[in-house]
Amino acid sequence: MRNSSKNRICDLLNIQYPILMGGMSWAGTPKLAAAVSNAGGLGIIGAGAMRAEHLKAAIDQIRALTDKPFGVNVILVSPSADELVDLVIQEHVPVVTFGAGNPSKYIERLKEADIKVIPVVASDNMARMMERIGADAVIAEGMESGGHIGEVTTLVLVNAVCRAVSIPVVAAGGIADGKAMAAMFALGAEGIQMGTRFIATKEADTHQNFKNLIVKSNIRDTVVTGATLGHPARVIETRFAKKVKELEVKSLQEAEEILVGSLRKAVVDGNIEEGSFMAGQCVGLIDEIKSVEDVIKDIINEFHSAVANVIQEANKL
Amino acid sequence: MEEKVFQIIAEQLGIDVGEVSLEKNLMDDLGADSLDMVDLVMAFEDQFGVKISDQDLSKIKTVKDVVEAIKQRS
Repeated sequence: MRNSSKNRICDLLNIQYPILMGGMSWAGTPKLAAAVSNAGGLGIIGAGAMRAEHLKAAIDQIRALTDKPFGVNVILVSPSADELVDLVIQEHVPVVTFGAGNPSKYIERLKEADIKVIPVVASDNMARMMERIGADAVIAEGMESGGHIGEVTTLVLVNAVCRAVSIPVVAAGGIADGKAMAAMFALGAEGIQMGTRFIATKEADTHQNFKNLIVKSNIRDTVVTGATLGHPARVIETRFAKKVKELEVKSLQEAEEILVGSLRKAVVDGNIEEGSFMAGQCVGLIDEIKSVEDVIKDIINEFHSAVANVIQEANKL
Repeated sequence: MEEKVFQIIAEQLGIDVGEVSLEKNLMDDLGADSLDMVDLVMAFEDQFGVKISDQDLSKIKTVKDVVEAIKQRS
């Protein structure tokens, strides 16, 4: 029965493997996204705090590097969200993923332009709402993930979202290998999204200090900053992260101030003293900087052997 | 119906039903976040058999807005 029908995420996005790159501000560069798309996944440019002209340059760049489908991640709280969506439509970007909010006001125009819309959700009811407004799929992202996070773990969230909707579900948060992919597929997910794993690759433009931190860190080495400021984000626990946590108790304003621009300082400058190294708990599962192609190839191989192991165990019951 | 709405809000947000009144703003006064708002809408739909669209949701600010939205649709 193998290959008798196509994986729905691959079919929807016209890609070889149902592996998406997470939407990452600064780290989600055209070069890394192109590498992911060229390796058979879906590379995603993190529009983050970009203005339309920056995103236009990034789209031109990725088109020069790959002829495969790619996506753009738009953060809905960005003041440029409107112009970014206009540009995505104008440029016929194949896929858009949305973070931090409800993209309903854009969905009609995006669908008219035949652009696939995949919002990130942090609850089952939000997933239901997104299905209702016409989303093509949802990304269920648990609190293990890096950067801005929700409150529910991937294990519980993906399970609940798969029960709640019939559109395909992409699992995200804490996933860095094929075993986790198999676990997510057992819950009903039909694709995975990874961010941290793709930062620790040869093709990532992210500063070497950041990549080294990911490889060095263990599963307990991340911490959530900004929760008291209303925008919790998981980061690697550096001295800077500890300082932010302290300031959050003493002076919210000072905490907010030192956080401004801190992600750029981590990703671009590798500034250990002043950077927010946003990364997921799966830093503890990543021991090696590999090529993007090897990351994807290894995950698919691990996925197959993990599934075989589970079947073997199932046969004992 | 109003009473039932108050009850659902109190249950969903984990607050005392006495804290809920018509003029209270769900987010500013009662501490709901955007995900809580979606959970609330789904709970109202289940309870009252109405359909509250995403656009309607964006217009709901106060408890009174909720009551009126349900009234209009039932």
